[in-house]
Amino acid sequence: MSDVPSSTGSEIDTDEPDGAAGVPDADDAESGSLDLGAGGPDVGEPYPLEVENLRKSFGGITAVDDASFSVERGSLTGLIGPNGAGKSTTFNLITGMLQPDAGSVTFDGEEITGETPHAIANRGLVRTFQIARELQEMTVLENMMLAPKFQRGEALWRSVTPGFRDDVIEQESELLERVWAVLEFFEIDHIAEEYAGNLSGGQRKLLELARALLTDPDMLLLDEPFAGVNPSLERRLLDHIHELREQGYTFLLVEHDMDLIMENCERVIVLHQGQVLTEGSPDEIQANEEVIEAYLGGNV
Amino acid sequence: MSVRDDLAARIPGGDTGLILSILLIVYAAYVLVGVGLGYSLRGQFNTIAVLTFYIAVFAMLALALNLHWGYTGLFNIGIVGFMAIGIYVMAFVSKPLYQPGGAAQVGGLGLPIIVGMIAGTVAAALVGLVVALPALRLRADYLAIVTIAMSEIVRFSFLSGEFEQFELFGTRVGFGGGSGLILNYTDPLTAFFEVFGLGGAYLGLVDAFGALVPNNPKPVVDSLVYGLLLLLFVAAYYWLLKRTGESPFGRVLKAIREDEDVANSLGKDTNRFKTKAFMLGCGLMGLAGVLWFMRSGAVTPNTFRPRITFFVWIALIIGGAGSNTGSVLGGAVFAALLYQGPRYLKNLIDAALPNASAPSGFGPAIAPLVSNVDPTPLLLYTIDSIRQLQLVFMGLVLIWLMHNRPEGMLGHRKETAAGIPLTASQARDKTAETDGGTTGGEADE
Repeated sequence: MSDVPSSTGSEIDTDEPDGAAGVPDADDAESGSLDLGAGGPDVGEPYPLEVENLRKSFGGITAVDDASFSVERGSLTGLIGPNGAGKSTTFNLITGMLQPDAGSVTFDGEEITGETPHAIANRGLVRTFQIARELQEMTVLENMMLAPKFQRGEALWRSVTPGFRDDVIEQESELLERVWAVLEFFEIDHIAEEYAGNLSGGQRKLLELARALLTDPDMLLLDEPFAGVNPSLERRLLDHIHELREQGYTFLLVEHDMDLIMENCERVIVLHQGQVLTEGSPDEIQANEEVIEAYLGGNV
Repeated sequence: MSVRDDLAARIPGGDTGLILSILLIVYAAYVLVGVGLGYSLRGQFNTIAVLTFYIAVFAMLALALNLHWGYTGLFNIGIVGFMAIGIYVMAFVSKPLYQPGGAAQVGGLGLPIIVGMIAGTVAAALVGLVVALPALRLRADYLAIVTIAMSEIVRFSFLSGEFEQFELFGTRVGFGGGSGLILNYTDPLTAFFEVFGLGGAYLGLVDAFGALVPNNPKPVVDSLVYGLLLLLFVAAYYWLLKRTGESPFGRVLKAIREDEDVANSLGKDTNRFKTKAFMLGCGLMGLAGVLWFMRSGAVTPNTFRPRITFFVWIALIIGGAGSNTGSVLGGAVFAALLYQGPRYLKNLIDAALPNASAPSGFGPAIAPLVSNVDPTPLLLYTIDSIRQLQLVFMGLVLIWLMHNRPEGMLGHRKETAAGIPLTASQARDKTAETDGGTTGGEADE
């Protein structure tokens, strides 16, 4: 770890003791620190994400029913709940993929309820998907190059007009260097030219996280990032997440694996039948009778 | 498959070389068959001119469709509608003012032809915008329904009596209705050369050509030169769309094709990108419509039936959706083999067997085969109906392709969506320079 300087200038306090699953192992240090070349996450409100009285029903089923919670900056917060508790719907409501029937979502002090997914992503709130949704017929490098926000060449006229295209090409070279750094950080640089559709499940998850990072987010919503990932890759993914959290990124994590949540998250929010059943530290949650009953299907 | 790839890789000049060699083979085949069957020189030149014309228009249309379908995944089956908009608006703008007693029932605005061409292109793009605004928010198949409906609405609008003629700025203008619209402007080719002050030089060329084709060489030279000009347009389309594809813009289009939700959740305003790409493609289709029909003397709305749309689709599928080079090749192969080929074959056979008369119907054709096992009438009948059988050939080719090579000739060879080559070695060298050569992470796992 000694050769890993924090290059992003993060002002987040990271003097937390090395827990059971704290920081990356020493033999992982080769991957180096991640310099996105874009300044890293912003530092603003202490609670960047606040969800209030969120409600969404599909037909007669109320998937999210008056849910309210907030996520602390620089934390790794877990969102758990039995199947059908409304976790994925909540994610979709936060990121604008679904419109809530009632309630509000606030990000960095500004209300973002009802905004389009791309507008929310451009604010720095970026999600990944439950089933990794890599862009199959694009190479890993193309996938990664897509992500950076507001690229010059995304304007059609600039990409085709002689003279202006030189600026585009110049930025492409800069982006490629950033992309390469991130690929090395995630240790997937050896598959850079591979089509994303040919990757293994775990590699896809890594690619998705890496791609999301290139949008220069402040907060990442990860929807079951460990589903279908083998234990050693899971370890690697977790190490990366912890390292990024130390650099100041905020994470909200949906996960089924209770042990994993309890070992890695500082705070846990429990959803049950669309409502926030309780929230607290892993120890508090583990001791909570209601949570146990919810998971075992008992009547509360 | 690998043999074909090797062959493609070995041709010098890359994509351009590949396109040129295929064109060369096609032309050589046409000329050789013509020579073998004793076609006249004039006939040969005409054949080449017509072939070039169709290769060019189908290549342009396939390129434009490739932007929609191959890159962005937009299912546009209203291509012919945009072509109709292009040529009709061009005619409207460039036809001379109405003269009572002239052959043309209606006049136009009397503006230069180049203005008309730009107007036709822009109009097609704007109609694309109108179609895109509601339809792009829907799922892909709804866009297909909207576009084909649009192309029929366009055709019926130009057929309708309402638009047949009306007064504008005190002069009689209109679209001619079902009886068609006479394109009574100066011949675009002549106008083109006059713009550059080359009218005289061009006539000199025509005279020089008289040595080869003594009798009235002008139409032959005109169509040859026009074919060449169209090939320049193909090059321009190719250049423009290659740049569009090899850019961050093209990368977002590709991402939309793969998974629009992902592009959206990475902060890309996908509706904007789709609208832009759709408009650009529609404008190019409009221009292709102008170039296809502007020297045809007259246009009628019923030319613009959906079958042309599906011809373009076949061309793109043959070439390989997603590849600009493939689109040009698909356009060329479709025009040479499926569109012009059967007609050419029939002309040749007619020329070679001038005395053979085909039976008048299917009954007389099949009867000798049944009664005294004589296949000749059926054969002659088949050759005589080759234009009708053309569609059957196209269907067979499509079925064969879907079974054996659904990605088309070049669809498997992906064109990288970036302004710079995205290869590991290049990027690795760069990072190695900037961070002191620490490229770790490969050894573990």
